[in-house]
Amino acid sequence: MTGTMTALNLARAQFAFTVSFHFIFPSFSIGLASYLAVLEGMWLKTGKPVYDNLYRYWLKIFSIVFAMGVVSGIVMSYQFGTNWSVFSDKAGPIIGPLMAYEVLSAFFLEAGFLGVMLFGIKKVGPKLHFFATCMVAFGTLLSATWILAANSWMQTPAGWTMNESGQFVPGGSWLAIIFNPSFPYRLVHTVIAAFLTTAFAVGAVGARHLLRDRSNAGSRTMFSMAMWMAALIAPVQILAGDAQGLNTQEHQPAKVMAMEGHFLSYTGGAPLVLVGIPDEEHGRMRFDVEIPRLSSLILAHDLNAPLAGLDTVPRSDWPPVAIIFWSFRLMVALGMAMLGLGLFSLLARMCGRLYDWKPLHRCALAMGPAGFVAVIAGWVTTEVGRQPFTIYHLLRTVDSVSPIATPAVTGSLLAFIVVYFAAFVSGAVYILKLMAAPPSSHETAPQAPHP
Amino acid sequence: MTHATLTIVWAGIIVFAVAMYVVMDGFDLGIGILFTRFKVGAERDAAMNSIAPVWDGNETWLVMGGGGLMAAFPLAYAVLLPALYAPLTAMLLGLIFRGVAFEFRWRDPGHRARWDAGFCLGSMVATFAQGVTLGAMLQGIKISGRAYAGGYWDWITPFSALTGASLVIGYALLGACWLIWKTSGLVHAEARRLARPLSLGMLAAIAGVSAYTPFLNARYYDTWFTWPGLTASASMPLIVAGIGFALYRRIGQGHDSRPFLLTLSLFALSLLGLAISMWPDLIPGSLSIWDAAAPKSSQIFMLVGACVLMPTILGYTAWSYWVFRGKVADDGYH
Repeated sequence: MTGTMTALNLARAQFAFTVSFHFIFPSFSIGLASYLAVLEGMWLKTGKPVYDNLYRYWLKIFSIVFAMGVVSGIVMSYQFGTNWSVFSDKAGPIIGPLMAYEVLSAFFLEAGFLGVMLFGIKKVGPKLHFFATCMVAFGTLLSATWILAANSWMQTPAGWTMNESGQFVPGGSWLAIIFNPSFPYRLVHTVIAAFLTTAFAVGAVGARHLLRDRSNAGSRTMFSMAMWMAALIAPVQILAGDAQGLNTQEHQPAKVMAMEGHFLSYTGGAPLVLVGIPDEEHGRMRFDVEIPRLSSLILAHDLNAPLAGLDTVPRSDWPPVAIIFWSFRLMVALGMAMLGLGLFSLLARMCGRLYDWKPLHRCALAMGPAGFVAVIAGWVTTEVGRQPFTIYHLLRTVDSVSPIATPAVTGSLLAFIVVYFAAFVSGAVYILKLMAAPPSSHETAPQAPHP
Repeated sequence: MTHATLTIVWAGIIVFAVAMYVVMDGFDLGIGILFTRFKVGAERDAAMNSIAPVWDGNETWLVMGGGGLMAAFPLAYAVLLPALYAPLTAMLLGLIFRGVAFEFRWRDPGHRARWDAGFCLGSMVATFAQGVTLGAMLQGIKISGRAYAGGYWDWITPFSALTGASLVIGYALLGACWLIWKTSGLVHAEARRLARPLSLGMLAAIAGVSAYTPFLNARYYDTWFTWPGLTASASMPLIVAGIGFALYRRIGQGHDSRPFLLTLSLFALSLLGLAISMWPDLIPGSLSIWDAAAPKSSQIFMLVGACVLMPTILGYTAWSYWVFRGKVADDGYH
């Protein structure tokens, strides 16, 4: 039994490690592909060389991000089978087709047009090249749609029945499976997150170069575009997050209880726990700082609404509370900071000081990684919050794992860690090097365009 | 369509995806295998540029094969992947190094030699692991209930080592023939020199694997040495020898595209032989395609998409190859 538990935990560690590493890249490339499409579109429309130069500046970075996303993604598509074979057997008839659609509709589209996007402008001309860029951007969004349908089905399974072999199979309509209760909320929240992640990364690069040289046209344009995104999208994201929270409250209440740190039920007006130390063993919060009744207001829109706590959930169904409690707070804090920077930039814009207010640029530079951290924290919240199940309330994680031995999964975990650090840390260094160079008025790589 | 027919259709689609993968990623992995044989500088850059615009699409067929297997034959996916844990992990790690090397070697000229070595080693490991995977599937996998019942090291045998080495030779030949087609000058000449011994190696590999396979188990033996399989056993070696002869001659002279196309036909014949051996099983002797098939509703849902999307994919993939047709120019894409 100990051996099985160890193998299980190692398999979980491996999945958490590889998927966290992987998702950093798509969350950047989804936003960046759309940004590139906008830049190229603006260039075609206005003919201003600054858009063309920015396009080529970010294209170099995109090509690295995309390559790392592809290779780390292939690992994911095989890991379901190597470490989670029982899950794959049982959920394959439902999850498999969703992922097959992702490959057929999205991965091929991205890959098919990527070559033209990176290397083809001389060969196909600007209009067709713009089409290729749009197809790549569209592919990244389609990909997000399908994989989030699959992920959401594991969170809020719908439209299934069970066959005689114990497999989850479609119960009737595929639309019920795809549009399961949490899917629309998760899709909106995740795609906006990708746009915000990119906006803050782009904004930080722009800010860094504005700090050195406030007259660089490329730096000014990218900073302004990024700050518009921050100011407009950050508030939308907070609303989208709130909507997803309410959806989770309805379908996965134990997750929200852990996010809120509510071990105990409240009969009238639950407080919002700002910070505290979750003590899972004794089922209570320690050293907590609370705002009375605010949680009831947020979750039930009523100051006096009663809220159930984890004491209403059997212990065996509890998710790990402390991780969720903290990752959720990290995500929310970063979201608020993003909103703050967005408002700060609006103020600077109104004062006409967007390009020369150093405190703003320093804040924007510091917030560069905020999107990545928030995205990972958000995924940790929702995925750990699904525990101890892989398919919520239907299949336990402990019953999903492959019949593998501890040494096997240990060896592969170590190999993944070594290779990921060697490959992806190098990639991150190259990206930072490219970002460290200011955008010039004659960006060349990958290839000079001939408009 | 009945469930049984749909299952055959889906088996066909998976085989098609695997074949596309072998053909398309085969040549770019092969270039990786041969990579350090080319001189640092223009030769290597030309070899790299001949695959840079298309490698990503090529590799997507591998995701299609894996994802499609999970979708259409979830039980086979659930048994095969734990059984092939070690070689598949090695393959994935190899593909990571090779995939990032495409970008990194351009970005970091100071460490280009290191990424070139990673590109070569990653390609070699990934290819050998794919060959081993194939051999391990062919030699059979222990099942109990709905799960893999063998050990961690079951995949490694003399036979799987042979299939691993064979695939390395095969991909290297594909890579050399691709370079004959797509490049000119020194790379082209070097590729012709390399392709000659590789073509002989490929024929030897086909002969070795074909001779070994019928003796892996009695069922393969019966398939190949009784009527009607006997007709295939009698004719296949002759066809292979004929194509091999033509290939050997075309490498020496003549059309630049011929050697690649002839090598492709050798791969097609090998795949056909493989299909004859395995049919109708996914795991020889224990799991047929019908045992492992997903329910009808899953098959139909995916088939609708596949019928629309597969031709579209083939269309724009062909367009992308058309855009980058002809010899790689000296200035390269980068």
